[in-house]
Amino acid sequence: MPVLWLILIVLVIGAVGFVIGRQKALGSAGGDSRELHSLPTYYGSNVFMKVVVPALLLMVVWLVVQPLMIENTISKMIPDSEIDAGSNLGLVMAEVRRAAEGLDNAVAAGAISEDMARNARADFTDMTTRLKDAGQIVTSEITQPILAAAQQYRISTSRGSLLMTIAVIAVALAGLAWAYMQTHKDFRARNVVEQGVLAILISAASIAILTTIGIVLSLIGNTVAFADLYGVGLLVRELGHEEIARIVAADPELAAKLGQDYSDIEFGMEYYSGWARSWAGLADFFTNLDWAPSFSGRGGASSLGIIPLLWGTLYISVVALVVAVPIGLFAAVYLSEYASNRVRSFAKPMLEVLAGIPTIVYGLFALLTIGPILMSVFGDNTVGWMQGQRAVLTAGIAMGIMLIPFVSSLSDDIINAVPQAMRDGSYGLGATRSETIRQVVLPAALPGIVGAILLAASRAIGETMIVVLGAGAAARLSLNPFEAMTTVTAKIVSQLTGDSDFASPEALVAFALGMTLFLMTLGLNVFALYIVRKYREQYD
Amino acid sequence: MTDASMDNAAEGARRTISLYADDDLTRKRNAAEKRFQAYGIAAIAAGLFFLIVLLVSIVGSGVGAFQQTFITVPVYLDEAKLDKNGNRDVEDIKKVSTFGYNPLIEQAVFDKVTENGIATPLAKRGDMKALLSASAAAQVRDTVIANPDLIGQTVEFRILASSRVDGYLKGRVKREDVERDKNIDAEHLDLVDAFVASGVIQKQFNVDFILGADASESRPEQAGIGVAMLGSFFMMIVVLLLSLPIGVAASIYLEEFAPQNRWTDMIEVNISNLAAVPSIVFGILGLAVFIQFAHLPQSAPLVGGLVLTLMTLPTIIISTRASLKAVPPSIRDAALGVGASKMQAVFHHVLPLAMPGILTGTIIGLAQALGETAPLLLIGMVGYIATNYPGGIAEGFLSPNSAMPAQIYEWAKRADPAYYERAWGGIIILLVFLLTMNIIAIILRRRFERRW
Repeated sequence: MPVLWLILIVLVIGAVGFVIGRQKALGSAGGDSRELHSLPTYYGSNVFMKVVVPALLLMVVWLVVQPLMIENTISKMIPDSEIDAGSNLGLVMAEVRRAAEGLDNAVAAGAISEDMARNARADFTDMTTRLKDAGQIVTSEITQPILAAAQQYRISTSRGSLLMTIAVIAVALAGLAWAYMQTHKDFRARNVVEQGVLAILISAASIAILTTIGIVLSLIGNTVAFADLYGVGLLVRELGHEEIARIVAADPELAAKLGQDYSDIEFGMEYYSGWARSWAGLADFFTNLDWAPSFSGRGGASSLGIIPLLWGTLYISVVALVVAVPIGLFAAVYLSEYASNRVRSFAKPMLEVLAGIPTIVYGLFALLTIGPILMSVFGDNTVGWMQGQRAVLTAGIAMGIMLIPFVSSLSDDIINAVPQAMRDGSYGLGATRSETIRQVVLPAALPGIVGAILLAASRAIGETMIVVLGAGAAARLSLNPFEAMTTVTAKIVSQLTGDSDFASPEALVAFALGMTLFLMTLGLNVFALYIVRKYREQYD
Repeated sequence: MTDASMDNAAEGARRTISLYADDDLTRKRNAAEKRFQAYGIAAIAAGLFFLIVLLVSIVGSGVGAFQQTFITVPVYLDEAKLDKNGNRDVEDIKKVSTFGYNPLIEQAVFDKVTENGIATPLAKRGDMKALLSASAAAQVRDTVIANPDLIGQTVEFRILASSRVDGYLKGRVKREDVERDKNIDAEHLDLVDAFVASGVIQKQFNVDFILGADASESRPEQAGIGVAMLGSFFMMIVVLLLSLPIGVAASIYLEEFAPQNRWTDMIEVNISNLAAVPSIVFGILGLAVFIQFAHLPQSAPLVGGLVLTLMTLPTIIISTRASLKAVPPSIRDAALGVGASKMQAVFHHVLPLAMPGILTGTIIGLAQALGETAPLLLIGMVGYIATNYPGGIAEGFLSPNSAMPAQIYEWAKRADPAYYERAWGGIIILLVFLLTMNIIAIILRRRFERRW
């Protein structure tokens, strides 16, 4: 692991710098630390910081940029003929990487020599068999250009890491020299070190922003790719083969661009603008009432409409809230207004245990406990309403149980925040406790409670494991709570964990679903906070 | 006269109010009061009821996974079959596949039938196969390869019974179900009853469930959660090493140094939003950034740890800020007063005082991360069958593995109901870990919490 070694080397240089920096500072003050501006340790830390931070920063940047640059140059080496239909540059590049790795391993195992692995003119059939003999998993379709690219890839990578090692150590030594020159008894080492520490603190805090940017970028990029691919498929299917042939025949420029063999999709990519494709894809995604992904072949007639999934999501969430809100709210009211201290100190933690249980447990509970119970009540043997154990109710009830502590502890806090004076005033007018609660406390706490319910709803919408295990896989638009339905989150999981090609609209649709989910939960959270802030009564 | 009659009429209209007897309205109001209170009690009772049902069904269905049915038989390791050359060369012995061992084991069980004088219509040696786990041959073979001198001797082996036999002893497989079952017949079950009576078949505590590796779909009796536990362990190391320093640094900045400006506001808004983003979205982020973009290995605990770090950071930052805020300003003032810089005041005085609170928050955040499943599904930690222990520390972080919740999900998905028991058993182990972590957090809080 050269990177690990490099880090260790930099750290060692830093440690040496710490010692000599401290020594030099003390020396310049004649061995009397009272003469120094800062404590001796700060002089050492200053050197250490200037050695380690720039060197490691450079290394991180290099590690990110180098593969991108190499991919860029290598991908130019691959002729278009290598990218056959049904494939794309990304897959071919993955193959190149695999081949390069195979070469590395073969060299390491001694099956081929380093020269042979580098020699671009090496007989390539021979190379493939040698790789196979060396026990490297090599797909049969390694062709000459791919092998050449893989060899180039290896050479560039090893040259790159050599350069990186030199550059990083050079930067570390330069930092050492610079900081060592600075070190003098009048140098304000503490201030400099504290500035550096502050910069580290700021960058740690900014990771939150980076994460959000990462989420948004990864969702948007793939969502656009989905809309594009899905849209072009829809558009060309609408045109039909004959119409496409007619258009191409009528337009010699287009015909020249497409060449002899072109698929409908290739035609669509040339014929329609990016906006038109994306628009068609998104419009269908949001309005199609049907969810039926096809995994049979490429460009198959999938219809990927989000509406049935949204319906399932909302239905299950509503069932969950119907279970959780009354129980949670009444429990909160009882705990904060009626319960004795002993009951409260027992019941509150017990309810909160429900919140600490992982969602996978609720999923299994739904599938293996709630489902069979519901079946024995509503199943074929009794009223025959329920066909299978997975149903909206199964998932909804489990999710409701999960949300009880969420609703109750949030509402509890809010009810406790209502000032005692309001209750006392109500009692003074002769109201009973329940009248006080219903007519004084709850109205005062209402915005907060609504906020809590909205937060619970956003939790329910984003919940995954319970619906994956308990709700079923069929997308349906139905009002029957005993039927199996599926949700946005469950489909994200199933579209991305299948064996489907990563660049197909059927897989990419998961990102569009994720984007919708992200926006929905974000909207609910912002709305909840807004309501709480806007309608909160300010007491004293 | 008229005045008096009017007085009388008014007197008649006024209801008599007694302090001793409730009137209708009071009764109604009191009844409403009682009802309201009853609703509250009912709600709490319902919550506790759900908790109890949940725990009972977890323990009730999962405890069985910790016991496994074993067949104890003396197996004669026939030299003629296992080592034809007779030179005890390990390479030669390895050439004999598990198929060579199966007849020996079946014969051993068959001998037990005659030895105990059990009358059974199963007259052939091959009929014993249904009682044995498919892993039995591999177990015997591994023992022989490890110690070739055993060949030619009769050695006592404790062999896994097949999952049907196990299910029969645990009540999962019923006699009436067996008619449709291709794997086992009613005669086998009679034989099992007889073997249980003579002590050949026994249910024993199963260490392999806790420490062992996952097995293929057809061998539920062999599956264990140990490898997935290691995967979770490496993931938690990554989460701890990244989220604690980053979370503490971020909280110190926001709580102690951040000026009131737009950038700070943006950070605050982002943190509170990230805390509410569904976990599956973090999985999508991990897939797109760490696997698609950075080409990190799929299913690796390192990637899982990175994703879970991003997910738990908001939790840790929020709790760390709360404990930094709880340190009274007089501490800072005193430090500044004797000449410390702001940074020194924070790092030398505030941070150590806030440490118990920070650790408590971190442990709770880790517990949350340990039970999280959804993001792991997307980075490929499900579907991977964790059969091998990682070879070293680097491999532990980088080679594909599963994680405890992912393993539980994987078992719950498999068709064989024997795996459901495994899934519940896995949940018990997971909950034991979570409980331990939470108890440690509570103890930390009780022990070191300071009221100012």
